[in-house]
Amino acid sequence: MAAPDAPAAARPHVPPAGPKARAPRRKGNPAALLLIAPSIVFMTLLFGWPMVSGILQAFGGPEGLTTANFTRMVQDPYFWSSVGNTLLLIVVMIPIQFVLALAMALLIRAKPRGASAYFYIWAIPLAVSDLAAGLVWLTVFTDRGYLNSLLASWGLQPVSWLAYDNYPSMFATVLIAEVWRATSLVFVIVVAGLQSIPKDYEEAAGVFGASFWNRLWHVTLPLLRPSLQTALILRTILAFQTFAVALALTGQNFPLVVGETYRWYTGLQDPNVASALALVVMAVSMVTAVGYLKLLRDQTEAAR
Amino acid sequence: MSHATTSRTAAAGAARPEPGVDRRPLARQRRNRVLLQVACILITLFMAVPIYLIALAAMSSRQSLQKFPLSFIPDNFSTDTMQTFLQSTGILGGLINSVQVGVFTLVLSLLIGIPAGYAVARFAFRGREPYQLFLLFTRALPIVVLSVPLAQLFLQTGLYDSVFAVVLLHTALALPTTILITASVFLGVPRDVEEAARIFGCSPLQAFLKVVLPMAVPGIAAASIFTFVMSWNEVLGASILTLNQRTLPAQVLSSLSESPLAYRFAGGFLLVIPALVFIFFMRRYLTNMWGSTIR
Repeated sequence: MAAPDAPAAARPHVPPAGPKARAPRRKGNPAALLLIAPSIVFMTLLFGWPMVSGILQAFGGPEGLTTANFTRMVQDPYFWSSVGNTLLLIVVMIPIQFVLALAMALLIRAKPRGASAYFYIWAIPLAVSDLAAGLVWLTVFTDRGYLNSLLASWGLQPVSWLAYDNYPSMFATVLIAEVWRATSLVFVIVVAGLQSIPKDYEEAAGVFGASFWNRLWHVTLPLLRPSLQTALILRTILAFQTFAVALALTGQNFPLVVGETYRWYTGLQDPNVASALALVVMAVSMVTAVGYLKLLRDQTEAAR
Repeated sequence: MSHATTSRTAAAGAARPEPGVDRRPLARQRRNRVLLQVACILITLFMAVPIYLIALAAMSSRQSLQKFPLSFIPDNFSTDTMQTFLQSTGILGGLINSVQVGVFTLVLSLLIGIPAGYAVARFAFRGREPYQLFLLFTRALPIVVLSVPLAQLFLQTGLYDSVFAVVLLHTALALPTTILITASVFLGVPRDVEEAARIFGCSPLQAFLKVVLPMAVPGIAAASIFTFVMSWNEVLGASILTLNQRTLPAQVLSSLSESPLAYRFAGGFLLVIPALVFIFFMRRYLTNMWGSTIR
């Protein structure tokens, strides 16, 4: 570290002779590196090291490198259903969350009476974990739970929402719990994005007679693009990590990929296959993030 | 919308022979206000009713939880369910572990994060952009990728199944956010006051500790709450890295399949309580944090 720092430290003494004030900015160089050094060391130890050993572990076996772990992972009967469930959940959930969050943010911006109370209540699930969200909705959906109590008091037949042979309702319960929990994150990001948009644009569009939907589609949404993009990437990556909500609601009946990692590690005690699964999750997350960035950038350029 | 309606009102008023007042826009505005409230109340019900129900379930006695249909009003208040839950094996220990992990994570991530955040905010050093990109990248990494290999490494180094192991993992997860938030907080502290302190004879460290840090405290507090909540909620890594020194969510998760419903309701409620408190204190900072740290 010391060697590359030294010339940087020496440099500030030269520029004062020069015309402009780049000097004071560079002066911070060694101090800045000293200040960020602990974080770099820490992150390298706790991210870099495990990443490398995780990759080795995923390809590791009793005798050298092997793809046997991936074969075992793919041959497990739960694997493909967990992949299918995770993808289906994401594909259905993300659009619902974005529409709902956008509606919520627009409602808050319309300044209803009690807006701050609404904001507080709508943001609460932001700090609720997926395990807790699953348990919260378990009170509603369990066989002798509140939803069936409501149905019974209306004289209707109770339904076993979480039964393993009732896939649509099982999926719906996990979906509702996840929409409930994770829409708040998108909501807060969109509210923050809306605050940074001057109202003038929309008012101008309104003066020229644009309808509500036109103003939303042609004015507000394009201006919200950076916020929506961030929210989309963040939400999708986090959605791949969902698992405890399904465990709490359905046990093993609705497997999700990260839940399978948990099962391979704790239940089946096979860290190698667990690492292989973890690598799959990471690869899919990264590909999704990069894909979104590319897609959204291409659209911006096409629009110009 | 208001502009469009007023111009239409003017046109309608001009076309009409008698000089009466057109009340339709007013009525429409009133109807919109009512619809707005109705929509807000519906969403609030969706968000709040589940929390009410788990609180209700956790505060009901075991007998009343056996009944069907369940009562929707708290007519059977009892702390039995919560007490039984708190006395179950591993719960009290898990609670203590969770608080310890949360507090240590918070302290460690602030110790490492504040200097880094200050550097990002104040200095334009070479490698600042790559460094910020590196932080964003680490924030996007799934927890599960780190947990399994870390468990093996901790087994080899003897850290496995300790509070410290979970603290290290949670700090790694929280650090990128801490750095980005503290950086945005320090950006909000004017450089002038720091320079004034230097002129009056403070060393750089004194200027930072006596002038800059106190001004940054509210923002740093928000970042700390965020870290604590993250640590309190994190369940996968904590379950993988521990066996006996479980945190509360890890303990609840591992005993999920063989526990009675009352236990799960009580556990869920205990896990939700901090969310209610933290969001209440954080609500002013939420939009600032997401607005400023993300880009």
